[in-house]
Amino acid sequence: MEEQRVGKANGQEPTIVAFFCTWCTYTAADLAGTSRMKYAPNVRIIRVMCSGRVDPQFVVEAFAQGADGVLIGGCHPGDCHYVEGNYKTLRRIALLKRVLREMGIEDERLRLEWISASEGDKVARVINDMVEAVRRLGRLDLPGKRKGWDAELLHHDGPTEALAAAAASDGR
Amino acid sequence: MREALSANGGPRVGVYICHCGKNIAGLVDVQRLTEYAATLPGVAVARDYKYMCSDPGQVLIQKDIAEHKLDRIVVAACSPLLHERTFRSATEAGGLNPFYFQMVSIREHASWVHTDKEEATRKAQDLVRAAVHRVIYHESLERRRVPINPAVLVVGGGIAGIHAALTIANGGKRVYLVEREPTIGGHMAKFDKTFPTLDCAACILTPKMTAVRAHPNITLWTYSEVSQVDGYVGNYKVKVKRRPRYINEELCLGCLECIPACIYKEAKVPDEFNLGLSKRRPIYIPFPQAVPQVVVIDPETCIEFKSGKCKKTCVEACGERNAIDFRQTERIEEIEVGAIVLATGFKTFDAGRVPYYGYGVYPNVYSALEIERLVNASGPTGGEVVLRDGRKPERVAIIHCVGSRDENYNVYCSRVCCMYSIKLAHLIKERTEAEVYNFYIDVRTPGKGFEEFYTKTLAEGVHFVRGKVGQVSDWATTPEEQGKLVIQVEDTLAGMIRRIPVDMVVLSPGLDPQPDAQEVRRMFNISCSNEGWFLERHPKLAPVNTFTDGIFLAGACQGPKDIPDSVAQAGAAAAEAFALIDAGYFELEPTTAYLLAEECSGCKTCIPLCPYNAIAFDAATAKAQINEALCKGCGVCVAACPSGSIQQHLFDDRQIYAEILGVLAGATTAS
Repeated sequence: MEEQRVGKANGQEPTIVAFFCTWCTYTAADLAGTSRMKYAPNVRIIRVMCSGRVDPQFVVEAFAQGADGVLIGGCHPGDCHYVEGNYKTLRRIALLKRVLREMGIEDERLRLEWISASEGDKVARVINDMVEAVRRLGRLDLPGKRKGWDAELLHHDGPTEALAAAAASDGR
Repeated sequence: MREALSANGGPRVGVYICHCGKNIAGLVDVQRLTEYAATLPGVAVARDYKYMCSDPGQVLIQKDIAEHKLDRIVVAACSPLLHERTFRSATEAGGLNPFYFQMVSIREHASWVHTDKEEATRKAQDLVRAAVHRVIYHESLERRRVPINPAVLVVGGGIAGIHAALTIANGGKRVYLVEREPTIGGHMAKFDKTFPTLDCAACILTPKMTAVRAHPNITLWTYSEVSQVDGYVGNYKVKVKRRPRYINEELCLGCLECIPACIYKEAKVPDEFNLGLSKRRPIYIPFPQAVPQVVVIDPETCIEFKSGKCKKTCVEACGERNAIDFRQTERIEEIEVGAIVLATGFKTFDAGRVPYYGYGVYPNVYSALEIERLVNASGPTGGEVVLRDGRKPERVAIIHCVGSRDENYNVYCSRVCCMYSIKLAHLIKERTEAEVYNFYIDVRTPGKGFEEFYTKTLAEGVHFVRGKVGQVSDWATTPEEQGKLVIQVEDTLAGMIRRIPVDMVVLSPGLDPQPDAQEVRRMFNISCSNEGWFLERHPKLAPVNTFTDGIFLAGACQGPKDIPDSVAQAGAAAAEAFALIDAGYFELEPTTAYLLAEECSGCKTCIPLCPYNAIAFDAATAKAQINEALCKGCGVCVAACPSGSIQQHLFDDRQIYAEILGVLAGATTAS
């Protein structure tokens, strides 16, 4: 029953997972709320103490579980509540992007933003902007793609019917 | 209140959906959400209630824990930053460990930011599902206690800092009061009368200043600035830079004989305290009632510092007291405190930034603070309100909202300008019998006795013209305007453009944050609002707290305030700081990192990442070792550990993966 999701445009609306640090960006998202700013409903926020807690594997997992985009929000450089956790995030995300590119996950699907506690408007702006960008790219459908990759691995001696079928269902 | 019971076995989760009146229920279909929650695996009971944070709401959780043998609680309501503590306590009161709890924000992150009922409800479902998935992995945790140093640092010696320092010191605690000017007193010391009671500012302020100096529990450091802050709540290590005033504070008696003895017979340096309306010598005291009663030498203008060839007549005058010391250098004092009160105040808006008002162009355009000095009996004119050429003005214009309520400068209302403008109108009329015109956009007088004061001033014959002044100029178009300053304004009540010639223009600037507020904010690890004011933890319920435990806000550094509000807030900040240090210990959140030693390969990846040096390499076991007392729980090491052998309480991998899975359970099958 919990698996039901009949969204707008027949489930074609992108879903974005956001990891926000509790001190800056999560607080800014609260401010956007108390200021009654309106933004796209596609983002699901997960709170962490610091953006530096965001293990690149969380991002990969989110894509694997059906996210079409991942947004990470941390404090501005120099303003990290934990001195320099956000710098660690910056480095990790830069590296991760290279990996994701190899996997065919477009750059715009992973976004890192510095949003301070007072920037509720920036939360709304970034979310709207990212939803637009991801919408243009279309659904990621990594689980679907993965089936294709699995087939590729199983039949590594050459292209097979399964792979060809997966490639066809990929639609791109 | 509706409830839905699930037949699911396994862990027993209770889910509580808050309506928050209509705040949530207006957009999120709380009934559907509750019914949905009841179907989630592990959920034993799901209920919705109008106000979960209320007493009956909290009792609901406690009763259910007993009746339905719940072992996990999820509340979907407002932000955890607002009420996590409330519901953890309720969970604990019900007999569970308070950390068997997860909060979901379906107000700030759903109902308040969306417009589509369907979308908002679905989002709330996703978030609730994630919390239920996650809470099953929660563990019983203990809060850590850290001892608290019972001393307090107060930064800023204006009325807010003075009041906070005296309140804490009167309670028997040690206070360090640090002020960067050579005297305490701040802006209030420059005022003549205070609105609306027309109390003499000096008569109510200077006794408090003296009390600070005399208080056995207060260490007063003027001409000093905080230069470094380390540590954490209860245990801050602070470095204070003490600038040399070239006077031995212990030896100076405040006889002031050195000042007239200075080789400069004529005072030549613009006096900061009088905003340059008078002059001072290189050796001076900021104002007669300054605290401490100690002179100061300004090395920028003192001949001894410039050429080394002064006859040092001041040293001669000081004689055996021997208080003057040209060799003084900057000193750093190191102190340890448990709590910090920031009372760094504001700066008045620079009226020169509004070019069409002629401040700094026409000599008879003044800022309100300059007029405060002119009407003050101890000011540069002995309380006479006169123009730069010594004439008494016959017509005076006061322009409100200079730099306030203006999209080009500050959008916010500066709160005090209306009242001080009305006060100055009264005082100028009293001193000069001039015709006084106030030009306003709105008159805002919501304080106690404020409206009465406004009405009284109206009855005295002060004119109030509603309209934003377009320009102040000296371009005469009629003989009557010759030699005058002309106010050009649209009188929006009369519906006409007016030109009013006056002798004196008083600009009422708004309040700006201190120019170095951003540096101060960084040093104390707190946040600023968009305007640059220090950000409180919650505007209603934690107005003097910051997001950093142990650091409190007092007075106008948090936003424009008048004196009574600053004093009230300073008292509140003092009480919060006092409650913290008097408890003797502080309970830290248990969100620290911990090591699963069996898994650790000793790769040392984590060690250089920790900003607090809380991880060391244990040579004996060849594994990492985490010092939980130093760990602040950011989780940077957890994210980096290649073997997953470092975890973080309340944010461990299983919990976060469950949350990711939870928010995306719907998305998976949609594709």
